[in-house]
Amino acid sequence: MREITYEQAATEAIQEEFRRNPRTVHMSTDLAADLQQEFGPDRIRVTPIAENSFVGASIGLAGAGFRTVSNLRMATFGFVAMDQMMNHAAKITYMFGGQAKFPVLYRMTVGAGFSGAAEHSISPYSMFMNVPGLKIILPTTPYDVKGLLKTALRDNNPVISFEHFLLGGMKGEVPEQEYLIPFGKACIRRKGSDVTIVALAKMVYSALDAAEELAARGISAEVIDPRTLVPFDREAVIKSVKKTGRLVVVDEACQTCGAAAEIIAMVTSDKGAFRKLKAAPARVCGLDIPIPFSPPLEKFAIPDAEKIVKATRGVMR
Amino acid sequence: MDLSKKTLIDLYTTMLAIRRFEERVAQEVYAGNVPGFVHSYIGEEAIAAGVCLNLDRQDRIVSHHRGHGHCIAKGADMKKMMAEIYGKKTGYCKGKGGSMHIADFSIGMLGADGIVGAGLPIATGAALAAKLEGKGKIAAVFFGDGACQEGEFHETLNLASIWKLPLLFVCENNHYGVNTSAKYSLGAGEITRMPEAYHIATRSIDGNDVETVYQAAAEAVAQLRKGDGPYFLECKTYRWHKHFLSEGLEDLRPKEELEAWKRKCPISVFESRLIREKILTEGKAKRINARIMEMVEDAHDFALSSPYPLPEDALQDVYSA
Repeated sequence: MREITYEQAATEAIQEEFRRNPRTVHMSTDLAADLQQEFGPDRIRVTPIAENSFVGASIGLAGAGFRTVSNLRMATFGFVAMDQMMNHAAKITYMFGGQAKFPVLYRMTVGAGFSGAAEHSISPYSMFMNVPGLKIILPTTPYDVKGLLKTALRDNNPVISFEHFLLGGMKGEVPEQEYLIPFGKACIRRKGSDVTIVALAKMVYSALDAAEELAARGISAEVIDPRTLVPFDREAVIKSVKKTGRLVVVDEACQTCGAAAEIIAMVTSDKGAFRKLKAAPARVCGLDIPIPFSPPLEKFAIPDAEKIVKATRGVMR
Repeated sequence: MDLSKKTLIDLYTTMLAIRRFEERVAQEVYAGNVPGFVHSYIGEEAIAAGVCLNLDRQDRIVSHHRGHGHCIAKGADMKKMMAEIYGKKTGYCKGKGGSMHIADFSIGMLGADGIVGAGLPIATGAALAAKLEGKGKIAAVFFGDGACQEGEFHETLNLASIWKLPLLFVCENNHYGVNTSAKYSLGAGEITRMPEAYHIATRSIDGNDVETVYQAAAEAVAQLRKGDGPYFLECKTYRWHKHFLSEGLEDLRPKEELEAWKRKCPISVFESRLIREKILTEGKAKRINARIMEMVEDAHDFALSSPYPLPEDALQDVYSA
């Protein structure tokens, strides 16, 4: 099968969906040259550096029957548009009693590991999980980003796609023929029987590396990539934990009030899964500090395979 | 241009409908019968009427927390409005929005936003939709002097200017954000200096004179439909009630200022003129008023007799299917 990069796969998703539906508009502070060449400057718009204005515009377009993609570049720039995302995009379907649909897609990169320092490195998806009305996806492979973005562009709700900054250039197999990936369906990236490792975003790869090392020590780890946080595939995780009896959740985001805490609460409050637990679940998360700049400081702040191995061995004792 | 008798009577009727509706709502709020916060539009009726009577059903508007007048002028159903204000299941938003969030997408009323200034970016999207549809439709956004202090205001002026959007900015300058004077809050002094800085066609008018508002809006809308880019209309006015209707909220505005503006009542001044010029008779004014009173009472009865939503209805509409 052909291999393309994560970013190419994302662009393909938008191209295919924009061909299907002419009532679509793309907005970004940077020129999306490939898209503009095909769809023209009316639909592929370069915006001023004013995130609230074009995130708000996407809501107005949606209210008028259009579908939009707003590429905010980085989640930290997305914070500038918090009013429009949190107060409006997330709430107006509900607040207006379901009178209108708001199909808006916001793309933002997340993560650390590139010495971007605190204002360019963050994984804030749990903040958005706390505001009902948004759907949240975390595509981790070129195949997934294409299939999930295509689904997002057919969904009738605001969707935020959090894409790890370091995945953009990653290559992977993407079929030529069309496919979609449904929301709320986790992917088991590696099968195992001793411990369930749920890993978010780029941590899927660290968890797979850790699973390899654990296998060498005779521990069989199952690695689950939830793919989407809202909706979340609760069943897949619970089913796996019932089988393994152990749970480790890995997330690059800060630990406090993070998605990892929610996933553990989801499992431990399920009576069936709770009864099967052989050990207390563990979290391997980013430290509760802003992401530092200097490589050794940054490496210290975020999880890696070594830390995952250590925590997993801890729950195996 | 001279306005037709029909237009003059329509303007009068629309303003009166807003006034009577708002009076009834205020009466019920002060009787303790309405939950939440209600921001009264009384005193500012000429703006909603003068602007919206220039719009077609396909033109879209975005409103704000003081939005009842915009709804009525755009043709919303008073019954569904009143029911929403009471939190009833039959309301526009099934009781999920209340007074501050009435919307009717079927008439191009894209909703009222309760965050000051936040409707402005949303309106740029509605205006861009109109531009892309290419049928000469426009969007209008209502906001106050308070919104002109927000960053979103400047972002929107900039975006509308560089994209030449068919967006009518209607600034309802009632001179106060709650109790804080715009003289204190606005470093630019005159609001019009800000849109002018973004090369947007701008006019400042008496927002209490409905004919002036109608004529200015007509001129603006004609330019917008030609695709000449955005237009900014500052309408100077004054709200008669406190920021929101509440016994507990203080009104720190000078009393004599309020009295002076009350003498410039957009409705009574216009009514006297229409009678003086024999466009309206006292008898006809009474009949119009009686008809409106009946509509308002019907709306109120409808709201009162409507059921509340079931508690578990709270779980619906978080997401669209």
